[in-house]
Amino acid sequence: MISTHNLKYKYPGGSDIVLPDILCNPLDILLVLGSSGVGKTTLLHLLGGLLATQLGTVMINNTEISKLSGSRLDTFRGRNIGIVFQQNHFIEALTVLENVIVAQSLAGNKTDRTAAQNLLERLNIGHKANSYIRDISQGEKQRVAIARALINQPKLILADEPTSALDDQNCKEVLLLLQEQAKAAGSALVIVTHDTRLKDVISNRVILQ
Amino acid sequence: MNIIQLAWRNIVKNPLNLLLSIILFGLGVGLISFLLLFNVQLKEKFDKNLAGIDLVIGAKGSPLQMILCSMYHIDNPTGNLPIKNVTPLLRETHPLIKKAIPLSLGDNYKSYRIVGTNHDLVTLYGGKLSVGNLWTKDYEVTIGKAVADDTGLKVGDEFVSSHGFVEDDDLAHDHVGFTVKGILEGTGSVLDQLILTNTATIWNVHEHQAEMADTSDHPDSDHEDQHIPDNSGHLHDNSNIDLLNHADKEITSVLIQYKNRTNFQALNFGRNINENTEMQAASPAIEINRLYNMIGVGTDALRSLAILIAVVSALSIFISLYKSMKERKYELALIRVMGASRTKVFSLIVLEGLILAFIGFLTGTILCHLGMEIISTYLKADFRYSFTGWRFLPEEWVVLVVSLLLGFIAAIIPAIQAAGTDINKTLSVK
Repeated sequence: MISTHNLKYKYPGGSDIVLPDILCNPLDILLVLGSSGVGKTTLLHLLGGLLATQLGTVMINNTEISKLSGSRLDTFRGRNIGIVFQQNHFIEALTVLENVIVAQSLAGNKTDRTAAQNLLERLNIGHKANSYIRDISQGEKQRVAIARALINQPKLILADEPTSALDDQNCKEVLLLLQEQAKAAGSALVIVTHDTRLKDVISNRVILQ
Repeated sequence: MNIIQLAWRNIVKNPLNLLLSIILFGLGVGLISFLLLFNVQLKEKFDKNLAGIDLVIGAKGSPLQMILCSMYHIDNPTGNLPIKNVTPLLRETHPLIKKAIPLSLGDNYKSYRIVGTNHDLVTLYGGKLSVGNLWTKDYEVTIGKAVADDTGLKVGDEFVSSHGFVEDDDLAHDHVGFTVKGILEGTGSVLDQLILTNTATIWNVHEHQAEMADTSDHPDSDHEDQHIPDNSGHLHDNSNIDLLNHADKEITSVLIQYKNRTNFQALNFGRNINENTEMQAASPAIEINRLYNMIGVGTDALRSLAILIAVVSALSIFISLYKSMKERKYELALIRVMGASRTKVFSLIVLEGLILAFIGFLTGTILCHLGMEIISTYLKADFRYSFTGWRFLPEEWVVLVVSLLLGFIAAIIPAIQAAGTDINKTLSVK
């Protein structure tokens, strides 16, 4: 579960960005819509603990992450938040499977090769487990990114523009995948996007202005 | 998948960078370790062969050459010493001298030197018989372990010597046969490389040669060896008294051990000889120190070069890490997103530097010991000195620590930079 209250952020030399309160329960999906430059990424980074809050609170499962600092925030993020970026980056030196496993170990969890392999199978990329990232397609990369975000069974999955670069067919598929996997992991799913195609499928939404 | 594994995977991802860093680092470390190993072994060889000898007396010439020839058997004699000039020294009644050991050189067998001396030389180097006996009569020899191992000579074997110090069939003393009476155990000193006999044998061999030279009308004037005919018919023994009975003959040098080396008369003894006689006296310790200093210039230059290579290699590690920081900007941000703390990211990069340095150190150490082993075969062929590559010095631990330190220093700036990655800014760039 995630909720925010009175979030406000100001970049040095910029104007205040006032963000609406949001709430998303486990197994729920929340769509955060907004056009470019209205603070979508800022919100996402605040929710994900990638950016320290200035004003207001972010609660994830009864933990106020704005009160965590340093390595405690890093650990909390690793264990409880899975993030899928629009542009996904990977550790190039590792294989697909290892990129998933590394997410377990960096979060401080036990590494479980079988669980990682199973997750990849579920995402239909099990056969690519031992390929290197540079050798797989863009669509496959997106699936690896989803697997990586899900492997620790996070309380919250944040997806940043997961579909905006995809055609309708792939857009549908990825969305379905995210929904399924979030459900399977029992996570809350927050999708931040300007892709208006999604609002027809997801009813629970907040619009940034 | 811990961070050591992650660091390792990042390193092997760039095999060319890895190779460059390791080759440079390995060369630097290898050269430094090699110099250490070589110097230590050389010094040990020299020190072992000092064997408590306080003074060497020989013909005037280069004192260092005389020492190298008489004690290390790697240079030619400075000339000959008429026995009549050294008679006071050879007497057992000399107040300062505990032992005076005469040496006569001039022949070799398969480039192992035949030394005419007395049994004291064996005692001096702590030699023990492994098989057979010490020489007692003319043309009997006792050989060092290395000679026996290398030439295959056994007790009872006979061989013919060759004139000078380098094997040469044209100079073989065809008519003179030596008999092996005994073989010494290995001592690690120069004794292992020698063929020992009595002084008179050396005289006899060269008389014989002088006769041959006369009859065949081949003047042999370029040799500074003993050509004085032996006019006595009696048997020779191994005592200095025998030498005193042949005051008209010559030897190459005398090794002197004082009774008390701190005696002030002993301190002035060598100087008196140099100032007041036709002979030359030199202290092995001083001459060998002089030699160290001369070699030292060379080793210093090499060592500076080695340090330079090591620093350049550290720089190459720095550059490759720094470059990869730029390329891996997103990766590092991502690692942070996945839960790694700043400290962990810092450690990751430092580890990469340390691993590179450690592999470089290993490569260098292998190079050093392998190189030493290879070079030792050449040294053995040229100087009859056996060095070994299979010896590890405590100083190599210091080299390891310094290597790791260099790796750490090379990695610290990229590591700080990596730890300081602003996740938000890095990931906001689309």
